[in-house]
Amino acid sequence: MLKDITLGQYFPGDTVVHRLDPRTKLLSVIVYFIALFTASGVFSTLLVMSTLLFAVALSRIRPASMLKGMKPLLFIIIFTAILNLFYTEGTVVARWWLFRITAEGIRRTIIMMLRIMLLVSCTFLLTYTTSPLQLTDGLEHLLRPLKKVRFPVHELSMMMSIALRFIPTLIEETDKIMSAQKARGADFDTGGLVKRAKALLPVLVPLFVSAFRRADELATAMECRCYHGGEGRTRMKTLKMQTADYLTLLFWCLVLAGVILLVRSGL
Amino acid sequence: MPDIRLESLRHVYSRGTPFEKTALDNVNLDIPSGQYVALLGHTGSGKSTLIQHLNGLLTPTSGRVLFDGEDIHRSKEALRDIRFRIGLVFQYPEYQLFEETVYRDIAFGPKNMGLSEAEIDDHVRRGARFAGVDESLFDASPLELSGGQKRRIAIAGVMAMKPDVLVLDEPIAGLDPAGCRSILKNIAEYHRSTGSTVVLVTHDMDVAASQAERLVVMKGGAVALTGTPEEVFARPEELRSMGLDIPEAAALAQALRARGVVLPYAIYTPGYLAKKLLSMRGGAPC
Repeated sequence: MLKDITLGQYFPGDTVVHRLDPRTKLLSVIVYFIALFTASGVFSTLLVMSTLLFAVALSRIRPASMLKGMKPLLFIIIFTAILNLFYTEGTVVARWWLFRITAEGIRRTIIMMLRIMLLVSCTFLLTYTTSPLQLTDGLEHLLRPLKKVRFPVHELSMMMSIALRFIPTLIEETDKIMSAQKARGADFDTGGLVKRAKALLPVLVPLFVSAFRRADELATAMECRCYHGGEGRTRMKTLKMQTADYLTLLFWCLVLAGVILLVRSGL
Repeated sequence: MPDIRLESLRHVYSRGTPFEKTALDNVNLDIPSGQYVALLGHTGSGKSTLIQHLNGLLTPTSGRVLFDGEDIHRSKEALRDIRFRIGLVFQYPEYQLFEETVYRDIAFGPKNMGLSEAEIDDHVRRGARFAGVDESLFDASPLELSGGQKRRIAIAGVMAMKPDVLVLDEPIAGLDPAGCRSILKNIAEYHRSTGSTVVLVTHDMDVAASQAERLVVMKGGAVALTGTPEEVFARPEELRSMGLDIPEAAALAQALRARGVVLPYAIYTPGYLAKKLLSMRGGAPC
């Protein structure tokens, strides 16, 4: 069922990680990404891995949920692993027909696989612990300086929060329409590509119709409440950085510094 | 015509996630063929989940759904066949219309059944007649019609499959009183002339009282009460504790009884109450 998609889902909770300011979390993710891609040695990779595991433990997100979300990416992970395993130059440790495996290849494969998994886990940690609304709020704040160059920051974040807000609604709606058409004997699971694509028509048409209807209704509702863009608009929940936020940012900067030091010294 | 039987049916949504929710818990229910059943219950009592099990759209977490004595999930082919024999009309079915013309939309079900052109045409006209869709609308685009007409077309689309069992989820929600009355009349007509089983999901007690032969009241994912309207409406306190009411006429009769008017207990439709009151005065209906 579509409902079981976990990618980008929010798991409500009340942990340190959940309570952090969304801006802190967004910035931390950026700093973490830099650290992750800087890390090239065994020790630096271990450092970025252990710090993320620590953050996941703090968030009380079950490791099973993390792994479940990684399932769709299994192909990419394996593909990268194979490429790295067979196509890295270096001292050959095993040879079979056209393939050779090098010691460097094995090392790089492990690091690359870890890198992808950590990259994905890190974004999961962000979306699992931050509600979509908070996320766009944080993004709007962070992008504020761009307003100076006439970049429509508020409009963009409003569009993003509306889109995020409607993803679950539309998924639910798709589920409902699919069930309704299945009840009339529609068959989505058999046949070739063309037949399957055609079978989706009875789902897509009502879905588009309803999406337009919802957009219309939402626009009316917003106008009824005097929405007139971001100018002079205040918020019910203003974002405020706490001590924990500064400490978190400091922590990730230190991790980055540590990684750079390790890489510099060839670890 | 076959019976439906639910055996210790249980359904859990989003199992193994923080959103896990038991929607149905040990439901046992028999629906004999040809019966008009009203399924009642407060929002979230599991009505919609239950009816989606009847034609196998949802797979039970545990327990069985038997149609004609056989498990409907025994094979994929059987399940597809079941979907044509148990017609399910969803809530707000007007949002599922997609074809360019009304005729083709109603023909979607029959076409999926693999019938010949002539048979499809026969099915479509029959379905349209039962749902009260005028043939002059056949070439119109279903998306341009009024809400009430769209609802009828969607119901016609299911009736056109000539199902042995017709299941409707709140078919009159959001319609004007005249539209409600005529759709209920159409359903009753279908029930009478085809002898098919009807399961009507509603939270309107007056509708349930006036239409159904048997009521099934759900609470917290289980069947709480079941019986004829007289039996169920004789227990107003239990119904109230489930967030439900008794029909207006039954409530009025109860209030009158409390003031010393001698009235029988089996009153739950306005017509019958009026008749009783008039006969007490010795007068005839005017």
